[in-house]
Amino acid sequence: MGLFDGVAGFGVTFSTMFRKVVTEDYPRVKKVTAPRYHGRHQLNRHPDGLEKCVGCELCAWACPADAIYVEGGDNTDEERYSPGERYGAIYQINYLRCIGCGLCIEACPTRSLTMTNEYELADDDRQDLIYDKERLLAPLLPGMEQPPHPMRLGEDEQDYYVQGPEMARRRDVHDSTSDEIDISGAAR
Amino acid sequence: MTAASERAPERTTQDEDLPPVPEGHVRLTIDDRIVDAPQGELIIRTCERLGIVVPRFCDHPLLDPAGACRQCLVEVEMNGRPMPKPQASCTMTVADGMVVKTQMTSAVADKAQQGVMELLLINHPLDCPVCDKGGECPLQNQAMSSGRAESRFVEEKRTFAKPLPISDEVLLDRERCVLCQRCTRFSRQIAGDQFIELLERGAHQQIGTEETAFGEGEDFQSYYSGNTIQICPVGALTSASYRFRSRPFDLVSTPGVAEHDSSGASVRRDWRRGAVQRVLAGEDPEVNEEWIDDKTRFAFRYTQAADRITRPLVRGADGALHDASWTEALERAASLLIAARDGLGVSGGPSQTLDDSDATPLTPGEGEEDTEREPKRGVGVLPGGRLTVEDAYAYGKFARLALGTNDVDARARVSSDEELDFLAAHVVGTGPGHVWAPSVTYGALESARTVLCVALEPEEEAPIVLLRLRKAARAGTRVHHLGQWSTPAVVKTGGHLVRAVPGEEPVALDALPDELDAALAAPGAVILVGERAADVPGLYDAVGALANRTGAKVAWVPRRAGERGALDAGLVPGLLPGGGAVADAGARAALASAWGLAGTELPATPGRDLTGILRAAADGELAGLVVGGVELDDLPDPALARAALREADVVVSLEQRHSEVTELADVVLPVAPVIHKSGTFRNWEGRDRRFATTIDPSGGSAGHVGGRAAITLPDCRVLDTLAVEMDVDLFTQTPDVAAAEFTRVAAALTDARSAAHGHLAAARQTPAEERGGEPALRLASWRQLLDGGRLLVDEPELAGTARPPRIRVSPTTATRLGLVEGAMAGLEGPRGALHLPVELADLPDDVVWAPARVPQPDGGVVTLAALGLTHGGPVAVTGGQRDLTIEESPA
Repeated sequence: MGLFDGVAGFGVTFSTMFRKVVTEDYPRVKKVTAPRYHGRHQLNRHPDGLEKCVGCELCAWACPADAIYVEGGDNTDEERYSPGERYGAIYQINYLRCIGCGLCIEACPTRSLTMTNEYELADDDRQDLIYDKERLLAPLLPGMEQPPHPMRLGEDEQDYYVQGPEMARRRDVHDSTSDEIDISGAAR
Repeated sequence: MTAASERAPERTTQDEDLPPVPEGHVRLTIDDRIVDAPQGELIIRTCERLGIVVPRFCDHPLLDPAGACRQCLVEVEMNGRPMPKPQASCTMTVADGMVVKTQMTSAVADKAQQGVMELLLINHPLDCPVCDKGGECPLQNQAMSSGRAESRFVEEKRTFAKPLPISDEVLLDRERCVLCQRCTRFSRQIAGDQFIELLERGAHQQIGTEETAFGEGEDFQSYYSGNTIQICPVGALTSASYRFRSRPFDLVSTPGVAEHDSSGASVRRDWRRGAVQRVLAGEDPEVNEEWIDDKTRFAFRYTQAADRITRPLVRGADGALHDASWTEALERAASLLIAARDGLGVSGGPSQTLDDSDATPLTPGEGEEDTEREPKRGVGVLPGGRLTVEDAYAYGKFARLALGTNDVDARARVSSDEELDFLAAHVVGTGPGHVWAPSVTYGALESARTVLCVALEPEEEAPIVLLRLRKAARAGTRVHHLGQWSTPAVVKTGGHLVRAVPGEEPVALDALPDELDAALAAPGAVILVGERAADVPGLYDAVGALANRTGAKVAWVPRRAGERGALDAGLVPGLLPGGGAVADAGARAALASAWGLAGTELPATPGRDLTGILRAAADGELAGLVVGGVELDDLPDPALARAALREADVVVSLEQRHSEVTELADVVLPVAPVIHKSGTFRNWEGRDRRFATTIDPSGGSAGHVGGRAAITLPDCRVLDTLAVEMDVDLFTQTPDVAAAEFTRVAAALTDARSAAHGHLAAARQTPAEERGGEPALRLASWRQLLDGGRLLVDEPELAGTARPPRIRVSPTTATRLGLVEGAMAGLEGPRGALHLPVELADLPDDVVWAPARVPQPDGGVVTLAALGLTHGGPVAVTGGQRDLTIEESPA
């Protein structure tokens, strides 16, 4: 055994002492994620507050972890949640199963389902980690109206899909999809 | 099986020593392969046999070729000369020396198919995410397989208002339609309901009904409309009850058997989260081909109904039913049944504490309960007509061994000794392919030259039989109906009506027109008898005599799914399980030895029939009743049944849902509906239709009803355990075990079965002829398919397509009685009246037709039996009471 062998064992320790620390001061300082970070999902709204989700279940179909459960519903003129015939009556994402792969948002035909940068998805109750539609829906922005209500931006769903963003600008309201980064708590 | 055996010999080389072309075949080349095909085969079918998939929409093997969609274009060369344009392979038949090139080998065919696809998609909306067909859509699939990735169409698409309901059940989306005409061809050719048709021309061509075309008129009122939803190759026709329910990938598909009628139709049940979402027709060429009726298709929510019984119930000291454990409920049921069986008197049976306000004293014995009399003794069993063979067998064994009685009758309808005698002679023990007792099959109906329907309205009482009869009639079979008027079924099968005054059918059968008599004597002729032949005394005998006279084969077509199995399992008073006669000591001994009880004497007293059991219970002779799935309104005398249930000391009910019987029961044992158990339905042919459990109730959310775990078991298991509590072993713990034992018992009783007819004929009691004089007006009646039955609950869409109940009379009779078509008339019986709108029909004069069971707007039903009216009996009609038009009528 050499003289410095006992100290040599601390080599890594001493050299690390003078490097920049990797420790994060979470939760006091929240890390800003990359803009396209796969965080908690959000169900977006049309500029008038109607839901973009049409309940097609393609997200559930695409999900490799079977984390999404959807049941479609029938819009009526009296009770309308989305433009067109169909809306998502039940929408649940189970964050115990979700692996954050993002295949669901790629599958979504109406850009209803997107992902926010919110990553604080821990809880002490398994049941609470099954997010239902109320918790996933984007908040109502100014100019939006809580569904059910009639279509305000056009005659049929085509008007929403084709001219929706344009109409939103004219009405001076925000399309919630463009604000998704700002909505997340981490970015603020 | 057929696909493999029919596979034509194929060769890829043009060698000269090919075998000669078989008789009736032609030799052609498809995609460079030489193939022999039967003459007249369509090119598309020959391709299928070679494993070449030609895309198609309009083509359907059971429909006539149409060539409507043009998707199946292939290149064809005849006699060395190519045809100038690609040809539709679904309309062109094969020919000798033909050379066919499909999209696999021909660029021309491939381009043509892509072009057709592009045209079809021009006006097709991008609805796939919201369309119910999405994920199982032939258009979606074939657009991917044989369409172009890019569309060149940038213009506005043609739009229509949608969805357009063309009936309560079927929604039409005209934008999605590719005009393949499968639905119109099905309706015209298979169902015979020409309610939908192609309308308009050019770009505005569309499917529609009289109602959609003119704003008023008939909509798609067909009992078979659901099939059009299933065969629609796009999402143009969708189901109102399945609308947006789920996606194909959500669903677990389990094959099953139709439970609503005796057809034994093959179905596919699609379910998720413990609940059936839809029922589709299964494929079985020998039974239902690919079709089912709407009742089978749409009536499945009864298993999730709010009144489902999920736990055993025992009536407590307070007179109300309380949840109990299986152990407690079975122990209580066993002790009550033992006491009732042995006449020990029932202590503390707090049953029948319900108000007797509507109890009418029916029998003189009632109301004298305190007087000394013979103690009540014995238990009658009324299992109902919807059991699987296994459950029926368990009931039969339970009655004989645990209760020691032959008082068991599954026929919850009008029945007679004459019927039993007829069934023992012609029906019991027969089946398709049985060496000694081959039965009439669907195939035999199709190949018959002549068919005669007696006391059977096939469309209302056996819808799949009607489809086969119509198919036969289209191919030249003469289908005759002994009936009263030209019903839709008569019209659909060729319109040969042998008109008979109700009640006088036996006379009409004895004096059939000579040419019909001769036609029935020709080989292959078939007589179909419905269960309501029991309405008319002498009719079964007349059918038997006609069959003996002409040599025609006879088949019995009951309404309910379990009737045929119950008959073979001995759930009728005169027959033992396996088919031997109760009166036959040899049969009883054979049965006892098959049951491993050699030396034990099985009960020898002939059993009472349903009415006999109910009367005995009402008169205080029987102490107890074990009741299965019986709806009191279906019985010949519902008032008597209510009195019997009230009067009996012990009532044990094995039910799926709360009913009038469970209200009066001491112990209610919940039993599993068909989707939660395996079993076998024996259909009218005598064919065993086995099915596996659709949804296993033991695991996960599958057995939940309204958030509550439903611990229900098959009847055979419940009876087995109940019998164990009574110190008897039935050995019917599972349907499989029960089925195996029943097969063994039936084989052991083969000899006894052939002797049964003689014993029954000897024991037969001819009921006294009650009819005095010639009534002024006679009633003709049978039940309609959709008439508010117990299993049709929670199905508003289905109920919306029920045929409206009407009173039908001939124009002459209407004039005589002062009835006006469309106005209300009253049908009066001894126990009440029923008011319905009048419709004129080609009935014999002085005959009134009305449906036997009429649902009421309040959810209840009125049956003609409850009014004291019977088919063939006298009736009074009052007219012009209320001048309501049809539109305003509450019915």
